Amino acid sequence: MEFHHFNMSKEESFKKLEVDSTVYETKLTSKYLRRKKFSINDPRKITAFIPGIIRKILVHEGEKIMPGENLLILEAMKMENILLSSIEGKVKKIYVKEGETVMKNHLLIEIE
Amino acid sequence: MTDFVFVVDKISKMFITGPEVIKTVLGEEISMEDLGGARVQTEITGNAHFFSNSELDCFEQIKKLITFIPWNSNTKAKTFPPKSPDGNYKIGNIIPALSNKPYDVRNVIKALCDDSDFFEVQEGWATNIVVGFARLEGDTVGIVANQPMVMAGVLDVDSSDKASRFIRFCDAFNIPLITLVDLPGYLPGVDQEHAGVIRHGAKLLYSYSEATVPKITVILRKAYGGGYIAMCSRHLGADFVFAWPTAEIAVMGPEGAANIIFRNEIMNAPDPNEMRKLKVLEYTEKFANPYIAAANGHIDAVINPGETREFLIHSLKISVNKTEFRAKKKHGVPPF
Repeated sequence: MEFHHFNMSKEESFKKLEVDSTVYETKLTSKYLRRKKFSINDPRKITAFIPGIIRKILVHEGEKIMPGENLLILEAMKMENILLSSIEGKVKKIYVKEGETVMKNHLLIEIE
Repeated sequence: MTDFVFVVDKISKMFITGPEVIKTVLGEEISMEDLGGARVQTEITGNAHFFSNSELDCFEQIKKLITFIPWNSNTKAKTFPPKSPDGNYKIGNIIPALSNKPYDVRNVIKALCDDSDFFEVQEGWATNIVVGFARLEGDTVGIVANQPMVMAGVLDVDSSDKASRFIRFCDAFNIPLITLVDLPGYLPGVDQEHAGVIRHGAKLLYSYSEATVPKITVILRKAYGGGYIAMCSRHLGADFVFAWPTAEIAVMGPEGAANIIFRNEIMNAPDPNEMRKLKVLEYTEKFANPYIAAANGHIDAVINPGETREFLIHSLKISVNKTEFRAKKKHGVPPF
């Protein structure tokens, strides 16, 4: 784990930060450096919104699906969560097996 | 609910669900130290206010804190014999002339306060703003200052949160507020917007406007845009606003402003870069100073850095009996 310490004497460690076209010399916090680049959620990629266990997979590769169709059951915090598709398409690939433990944001199913 | 939380390295740990629960329920492995140890609580979460290496140091910190604060909200903090600041802190030599260069604002605070004794609160978290207690002529004041050394001193979600809570503490315990301003504005970025910087940034405006203790503001250098308003400007009810001759009160810095205002002139010029430079210079000469704001009544006086301590002490003496009556209501609705 990385922590932010700042020591005021080391001038060479100053970085650049732009605000309204002005470039400032300054130190950057570790939180700022850790920030994630923004990306729009891709409805074709079904990922785990919470870490848990894949309880049941309800579709198979190549299967045609409609919006609102159940894809799989992800158990987390002792609750079963049914993951649905928000789009119409075909199951391209299933990346997980029943009983598998997955971390948050793990790619589970891809739709085309 | 605690006003101040003290933590000791390797001893203190805080969390709502411990590592065991996280492991069994979520399958994530983490140690108690990494989940909620003293460093995590003072540098990542902001849950704790004071970090120390040993219990002995922790008790010393507690003893020091209670010298600055009153025993309850109906009294004033104890007055100490006045002391001059340490002569090694030369107030005129701390701030670089160029407004994009960094410096440590804590040196300005130490050049102003009694015995150069500044007791910083939450010094490890949201370090782009500095808050803490000091004394002026023996009486406790709460100081809020932008820190150009870190993130150019911008306001963001965490720094607004940190400063607002400190302001509300001072207001609740009759401690006058001194605000030192030098910031480029709020931090731009998707992460900040999606983290709700509008709501969190509003906490600062709310708590300053709500505070009825004496509020004195000194603009050291940049005071741009919404950040300027939020840092206890006259518009939020500051009793006294002073500015150093290096102050710039504007919507944004000269580069950004010139790019927008003179966009057509710059685009249509034979040499756009040369025209941009010219327009930046023109804007800097016209607006990058405290005098327009002073002429409009937003600033009471443009003062030399060397006079700041006297002006602060004098303003505090004038405001000692400040009483503000508020409409009777159960409570306000802050942007929590």
